[in-house]
Amino acid sequence: MPGPPDATPDRTPPPALLQIRDLAVRFGPVRAVDGVSLDIAPGPFGLGLVGESGSGKTTIGRAVLRLVPLAAGRILFDGADVAALRGRALKDYRRAVQVVFQDPDNSLDPRMRVGAAIGEALAAHKIAPRRLIGERTAELLAEAGLDPEFAARYPHQLSGGQRQRVAIARSLSVQPRLLVLDEPTSALDVRAQARILRLIGRLRAERGLSYLLITHNFGVVSELCEQTAVLYLGCVVERGPTAELLTAPAHPYTQALRSAVPQVEATARSSRIVLHGEPPDATSPPSGCVFHPRCPLVIDRCRAEVPPLSAVRPGRLVACHRAEEVLAGAGMPRHVPGLATPDGVT
Amino acid sequence: MRLEITGLEVSFGTRPVVSIGELALGDAEIVGLVGESGSGKSMTTLAVLGLAHTVGASVTGSIRLAGRELIGLPEDALRELRGRRIAAIFQSPSMAFNPVFRVGHIAARALRLHGLTGSEAAGRLAAAMREVLLSPELLRRYPGQLSGGQLQRVAIALAVALRAEILLADEPTSALDVTVQAEVLELLRVLRDRAGMSILFISHDLAVVAELCDRVAVMRSGSIVEEGATEQIMSAPADPYTADLLASVPRIRAGG
Repeated sequence: MPGPPDATPDRTPPPALLQIRDLAVRFGPVRAVDGVSLDIAPGPFGLGLVGESGSGKTTIGRAVLRLVPLAAGRILFDGADVAALRGRALKDYRRAVQVVFQDPDNSLDPRMRVGAAIGEALAAHKIAPRRLIGERTAELLAEAGLDPEFAARYPHQLSGGQRQRVAIARSLSVQPRLLVLDEPTSALDVRAQARILRLIGRLRAERGLSYLLITHNFGVVSELCEQTAVLYLGCVVERGPTAELLTAPAHPYTQALRSAVPQVEATARSSRIVLHGEPPDATSPPSGCVFHPRCPLVIDRCRAEVPPLSAVRPGRLVACHRAEEVLAGAGMPRHVPGLATPDGVT
Repeated sequence: MRLEITGLEVSFGTRPVVSIGELALGDAEIVGLVGESGSGKSMTTLAVLGLAHTVGASVTGSIRLAGRELIGLPEDALRELRGRRIAAIFQSPSMAFNPVFRVGHIAARALRLHGLTGSEAAGRLAAAMREVLLSPELLRRYPGQLSGGQLQRVAIALAVALRAEILLADEPTSALDVTVQAEVLELLRVLRDRAGMSILFISHDLAVVAELCDRVAVMRSGSIVEEGATEQIMSAPADPYTADLLASVPRIRAGG
């Protein structure tokens, strides 16, 4: 396992490489992302985006990649509005921001040898002259921890972990400044996952990379991200330094999510807060706080008033009317087996 | 022992894929079978269900249910046991439900196949739904109208309604969100405690197994490399492969 990112005692953030401001993305009536603001510092830096299915985490990544239209808000890269980029500037942006998906099978052409897949990227962005492409490809494979001989193989001849290394080598070939890593290890076995996480940790140190790491796994952000944002129904409910957020969650949802993560060591387990019901329909989000229908700490104010994302501690932003109480260890109702109410009662 | 597997060999032609010397499941016990992709966990499930031949595998050895040998039983006798005494749930509950029928229709049909009358089936199902913390109302919906977690709980309710003694749970929470997973795991624990169900829990996730299971068997390339009490295996693995798996689990680091 790579060590945790250095905790910077200095809390004044450096000017951001990527700024997301009040981002909203809609798919017809579905509010996939609803007013999200995030910053990614220049590398080495990792921002973790954690949430469950339908929380909007993947859509935010796709918005950064310009793959979905924005309903509102702006995304700034080096201060320039990404939506307004055209021509040369857009090409530069496409090169500077690369993506690694969960399933490398979808990003690698099965008929293309690994070397050709990487060489294509090098040629397309004129990174290396034709005669040096083979050499650069070998270097990239080695950097991703693969034998340069793999250049002659087809994707199906590799394991899932090896394919993901190829996808990473390919994304690095164009010397990106920001990576969008969308569940890069979720499809892998645990040992392959650990090796890919180590690789990302090493590359971030060696290349000074910044990345947006999208995952449902708190363990993964704990290893690789200094900042983490927790999403629920298209909104950021909490954001802050990863270690603090995981040790002392300030939002009841973060607390419940954290408590639901299974732990190998019995000593690492906190008593479980079981959330009942399902996340609400994103076509008609609940009034007030989006989490209120499932929140164990709900009060009348939560139904009426949207809690703003505000600082509860230096560097820690939380959207909860009762965040201070949660941080102070307010008695979250713990789950008592058998006493829960049936789900789906209408 | 409720379920005893001894000298089990599952092979495709001459290629063995599972070779288990001994694996037992006691009354009201939860045993975890852990391993990576291709380790033979799921083939073991199929063998216990008497379904290995459906994927072209042959099975030798012994699988005893409360002392009664299952290997070599004629298909009709197996069919009587499968589902009723040995129930199974899988990773993707949506694949277990035909999307064009209402959930209650599918469940009631399974109960009638095992000899219950229509009204018995309805009564047992409603009670079982409440036991898995779902409203019986959901039985009137179509599978596509239920979430993955709800469908998985309906599948468990079916096992409850049939009063199954053994539940084979093959990666039942791997496709679920972590908060939903927590609910399903809690439910399995309750079933064991209340109904005395024995559960063989197959998973690649060591943390889930660590939390849920009484005993753990670690599989690699079709064989069990290590088996013992969960605490023992998790805190002091004897096999280097187990140690490697454990070290690979991403940990949440304390800080602040």
